[in-house]
Amino acid sequence: MMRPYSGKLDIRHGLVNMSHGSGGRAMAQLIEQIFMKHFDNELLRQHNDQAAFNVDAGRMVISTDAHVIAPLFFPGGDIGSLSVHGTINDVCMSGATPLYLSAAFIMEEGFPLSELERIVISMAKASRDAGVAVITGDTKVVEKGHGDGIFITTTGVGVIPNGINISGERACPGDVIIISGSIGDHGMAVLSSRENLSFETTLQSDSAALHKLVKKMTEVSPNIHCLRDPTRGGLATTLNELALQSSVGMLLDEQAIPIKPAVVGACELLGLDPLYVANEGKLICICDAADADALLAAMQTDALGRHAAIIGKVVMDEHHMVQMKTSFGGSRVVDWLAGEQLPRIC
Amino acid sequence: MKYVNEFRNGDIAAKLARVIASEVNTDRNYRLMEFCGGHTHAIFRFGIQDLMPDNVNFIHGPGCPVCVLPKGRIDSAIKLLQEHDVILCTYADLIRVPASKQMSLLKAKADGADIRMVYSTQDALNIARQNPERQVVFFAIGFETTTPPTTVAIQQAKQQGLSNFSVFCNHLLTPPAMRHILQQDGDQSANIDGILGPSHVSTIIGSQAYNFCATEYHIPIVIAGFEPLDVMQSTLMLIRQLNNDSVTVENEYTRVVTPKGNRKAQALMQEVFELRPTFEWRGLGMMPDSALQIRDAYAEWNTEKRFDVESIVSSDVKNCLCPAILRGLNKPTDCTLFGTVCTPENPMGACMVSSEGSCAAYWSYGRFRQPGLRASQLEKSV
Amino acid sequence: MCLAIPAIVTALNADSSIATVDLSGVQKEVSTVLVDDVEIGDYLLIHVGFALHKLSEEEAQSTLALFEELDAMNAEEPVLPS
Repeated sequence: MMRPYSGKLDIRHGLVNMSHGSGGRAMAQLIEQIFMKHFDNELLRQHNDQAAFNVDAGRMVISTDAHVIAPLFFPGGDIGSLSVHGTINDVCMSGATPLYLSAAFIMEEGFPLSELERIVISMAKASRDAGVAVITGDTKVVEKGHGDGIFITTTGVGVIPNGINISGERACPGDVIIISGSIGDHGMAVLSSRENLSFETTLQSDSAALHKLVKKMTEVSPNIHCLRDPTRGGLATTLNELALQSSVGMLLDEQAIPIKPAVVGACELLGLDPLYVANEGKLICICDAADADALLAAMQTDALGRHAAIIGKVVMDEHHMVQMKTSFGGSRVVDWLAGEQLPRIC
Repeated sequence: MKYVNEFRNGDIAAKLARVIASEVNTDRNYRLMEFCGGHTHAIFRFGIQDLMPDNVNFIHGPGCPVCVLPKGRIDSAIKLLQEHDVILCTYADLIRVPASKQMSLLKAKADGADIRMVYSTQDALNIARQNPERQVVFFAIGFETTTPPTTVAIQQAKQQGLSNFSVFCNHLLTPPAMRHILQQDGDQSANIDGILGPSHVSTIIGSQAYNFCATEYHIPIVIAGFEPLDVMQSTLMLIRQLNNDSVTVENEYTRVVTPKGNRKAQALMQEVFELRPTFEWRGLGMMPDSALQIRDAYAEWNTEKRFDVESIVSSDVKNCLCPAILRGLNKPTDCTLFGTVCTPENPMGACMVSSEGSCAAYWSYGRFRQPGLRASQLEKSV
Repeated sequence: MCLAIPAIVTALNADSSIATVDLSGVQKEVSTVLVDDVEIGDYLLIHVGFALHKLSEEEAQSTLALFEELDAMNAEEPVLPS
């Protein structure tokens, strides 16, 4: 194919500049030699501004997520893999099979091409491992000082199989609440790589695509009521959202919630509550009590659900509160966050 | 976590609860003030009130350094940022606290002020070293626990000749605040029977520092550790003192509190700080000899001298009951603003924002809690 | 007041002014200038990046022993708050 540019990008030393976003030869070269090279698939190779594909009849799902994380690279992942996993997860929390992704990049002038390539390679791997291709995208560059290095927005589409109706307002009193694994890993792994909170830990982000786990679960129990991944704001925030949507209350058992000792230690050091720390590879499942044991067993056969546990139940509550029996024997309310959770000294 | 988890054991909590229930005198009430905001937080986080008999009640004290910081001090910091383009380093606790004109450090940051959250004074010193052309101000808050780290930072700044670093000192002292509470009488008195003394302030000042509670005010005090079993054990010790009419200073937190405290830290504090003749405490009013300022020998690292910071007098929002709550006279739920106008995302006063504030604790952990509702009843009631 | 937590010393720098402490597998460097004679294996109370005091393991065990004695106390008829 004839190319409008010649030569190779100097990825090792080169920097993103304004011409990479202006639609001309430089942008074509960037797209070809970084994005197309690593995402490489048949639909992308058509070089259109959009990608056309057939879907089986069914309800379609679309979801979008913008990723602005800092630092860009953290133990267990980076902004690239996160942007793939995050959107796949949002799509499959409806029970849908994710089909394709789009990716829009906003880069700051001066952003090293070597880091861009590292991120794109990571995204491509995450996408291939998940079996969900990136088939279209966009590239923009903003002036230095107007962006945080790079922002990535991914949009995903999927199709929900017949008979599945998973939605946040379906939780009912008597339902069981299941978490797929330990909480707080992602948030604390990211914090550990922020400069002025530095602490050493082997904690890794749990960033992962959950669609294969979800598929196993819906095969065992098509009648799952709710699925959601507790990302920003943690388990507490997501449960409060669901309680509000479904007009119910929840009662949790603190002792049942899986959490790694290193997450406990890091939270204690900084005065953070692990219930509010972000997760990127976990899901909450709310189901009929009769289905709980079978679902739990199915989840535990999957690598991403090995430590799945029943952590509470849904109750009637006109105040829509999430409450928790503490491991100490008392009880407390697990409230919404006012804003971002901040470390405390007092 | 060693020496932490053992003190959070639920089975022992149940046993302690039984012992407390068996020893209380049902003919009387026990009003016990937990002075320290950290204890307030622990009581709510672990649901300790649930495990107490009905006639044992915790009265929340003013030991929350963010809550008792007058708005005017935050106003001064914001003014400094606006007039001098400094880098303001602060502990995260202060970021959302309301200042005057509905401002806060968070909002000032959104307005373009260079405010950086730090975990330690060492981070602030590093920022000063990395930005030699900018002035770096450290917003120092806290009681005697947090003062020694500030002392070390000032001394290091002097030793290293770090001329672009200074400290905006708002350190407070615990014994004067305690005296203030105990001195109140009539309808201003919180009518407390005993005090659960602060854990970590006491590691610095020692248990002997509280002798005046017993000798001058005839109020028993037990220095209580930070973990929930410490709080329960200390409550039991207070109940026993009250039942036996004994009035002494007891130390439950012997693993880190000694009678004389940390002498090295005390000497360092003496070297760098001196008493302010008077200082305004939010909710408690002007108190003599209750707060610290930087000595002349270290004036060069004193923000108030370097920038000629003027005192800004400001008042609380009308109907805000923080002052009475801080003095133990009212509960957060008595405040007409609680949960209506004043919420964590739109706080009227510091008590709703500070992680140690009574109002924040009530809101986060149990705002719909009816008095006396136990965990076991919770399941039946919902 | 204020949040402080005990952690074990796993390493010390050359002049023992900085200790590496471990809490459940998380390591942090803290200043030891407020505490004398710090050794590897000591438990230190940590607050805002500083060690405030050594933790006396003996006293900790004494306090825990008090809890052990609860079993022997007269609580024949459990009187749970109701």
